[in-house]
Amino acid sequence: MSDIRAHDLSVVLDSRTVLSGVGMQVRGGDWLAVIGANGAGKSTLLKAVAGVLPYSGEVLIDGTSVRRLRPRERARLLAYAPQAPALPADMTVFDYALLGRTPYIPYLGRESRHDREVTASVLERLDLGPFASRRLGRLSGGERQRVVLARALVQQAPVLLLDEPTTALDLGHQQQVLELVDRLRLADGLTVVTTLHDLSVAGQYADSMMLVSGGRVAASGTPVEVLTGKLIDEHFGARVRIATGPDGRPEVHLERP
Amino acid sequence: MRLPALLVAVGVLLASMVAGVLAGAADIAPGKVVLQLLDWLPLVSADSGLAPVERGLLLELRLPRVVLGAIVGGLLAIAGAAYQGVFRNPLADPYLLGAAAGAGLTTTVVIVLLKGDTESLSVPAAAFAGAVGGVLLAYALGNVAGRGGGTATLVLAGVAVTSFLTAVQTFVQQLGVEDLQRIYSWILGTVDGGWSRITLVIPYAVVSVAALLLHGRLLDVLSVGDDEAVSLGLHAARVRLVVLLAASLATAAAVAVSGLIGFVGIVVPHVVRRLAGGSYRVVLPLSLLGGAAFLVIGDVLARTVLAPAELPIGVVTAFVGAPFFVAVLRVTKRVET
Repeated sequence: MSDIRAHDLSVVLDSRTVLSGVGMQVRGGDWLAVIGANGAGKSTLLKAVAGVLPYSGEVLIDGTSVRRLRPRERARLLAYAPQAPALPADMTVFDYALLGRTPYIPYLGRESRHDREVTASVLERLDLGPFASRRLGRLSGGERQRVVLARALVQQAPVLLLDEPTTALDLGHQQQVLELVDRLRLADGLTVVTTLHDLSVAGQYADSMMLVSGGRVAASGTPVEVLTGKLIDEHFGARVRIATGPDGRPEVHLERP
Repeated sequence: MRLPALLVAVGVLLASMVAGVLAGAADIAPGKVVLQLLDWLPLVSADSGLAPVERGLLLELRLPRVVLGAIVGGLLAIAGAAYQGVFRNPLADPYLLGAAAGAGLTTTVVIVLLKGDTESLSVPAAAFAGAVGGVLLAYALGNVAGRGGGTATLVLAGVAVTSFLTAVQTFVQQLGVEDLQRIYSWILGTVDGGWSRITLVIPYAVVSVAALLLHGRLLDVLSVGDDEAVSLGLHAARVRLVVLLAASLATAAAVAVSGLIGFVGIVVPHVVRRLAGGSYRVVLPLSLLGGAAFLVIGDVLARTVLAPAELPIGVVTAFVGAPFFVAVLRVTKRVET
């Protein structure tokens, strides 16, 4: 299990500071949900940690600075799935998932039998075995999300960074995907960081939460500590009522003004 | 799983090449031509009974024409497939970044201002330089405007460079109205260049095709977007640059020996994708083979439809290619639904 620490993380895009002085700590095997209003910098944070965006500051995985790693080494530690992944319509599910082996394949090399076996077993595990030869353009929303998850798992990285894994999914499929992530996390000891815009959902699944606002950390802690009426009013401009669910986790209900 | 498709493509190419050698203005018995072809194979001996003149005609006219057609068609199609991969844009073709306009301009300059002969070496040299120059100009412009070379900026830079160079080319062309026919016949393209043109293009063809075929898997990685490619440990910008250079080299080499043959670079990769799937590891080699077969067949039609007169091959590729493309789209659509 790999823990993540980040110190003083800042990202400047087009001479605009998008993230500033962000600190973050996730225990190995935990699930951190990053929440915040639109444009708060959630996705930018995930991209910086994934090494997709240049940043200042430090990201450490088990104490190793990510910056010092070569890209391929980094990709063996951190798997990242963007909010709106590009799924080439003509590519098959198997070929797409196989791309997750890229960090293990030499630059101009071919994938080994082991790479194909890993891919096939991940597809089986996600009940995607029968879809292996289907083209991506012919999948439903829920299947697409599972395929993206499969691609990330094929990477066999101990840290999973998922940007809004449930966007554009209906309630049932949201639940399926999040339950799946949770099951895989517990089974494989994965450390999971997700951005989630549905606060109740985030509170249901996360061990810890981080509220990002205006590129800075506004609050972090357990769901009970972060999901308060005051913080949500202040940073989302929404009026909500916080209830406590049967498992002691907070539930966020919108209230009409 | 992919071997059958490859074998089919090789078969189609060989069949089209044999058809290409059989067809022509001179009346030579097909059976004798086939025997003669077999005789030329290493370790095979067959008596075709062809007269020396006929043998010479096959060896010096038909055979090089078929071979050059195959090389040029293959280069344009694989370059088109690579461009579509780099730009993640189905409308990309090998001429997207100004290769055609660049070559058009330099060739027109050579023909009009330097009175260069289209048979001489000055024309392929100028076309090659122009094609490479056009692409480099677009790339430089795209980088200046786009800071870091986003693909959308690069495409726009290609459009700007193409318009500009075409404007200059048109101006130069106006200066030499008497050369208009020669300019046009070059622009419309031909694969009638003889063995000398083939030896000219072979080194570039080998290097660029090898480089592109090696990058099939990486183009697949790029196809999921830059962020994901980078998160998978790939230097996306570097891969894109290498593939662009190789595809541009292939395009420049093809343009240098055959003029501006359109449609091959865009139609063939799409047909391949429809029939064999979207992985570039399949699309690149099959485009190479399919493009070669397509242009050889196109040239057979160019030579025979109005024989003994010849149609410009660029006209044939568009005339035959467009309906063929639509037919493939329709058929595969029906299969899918």
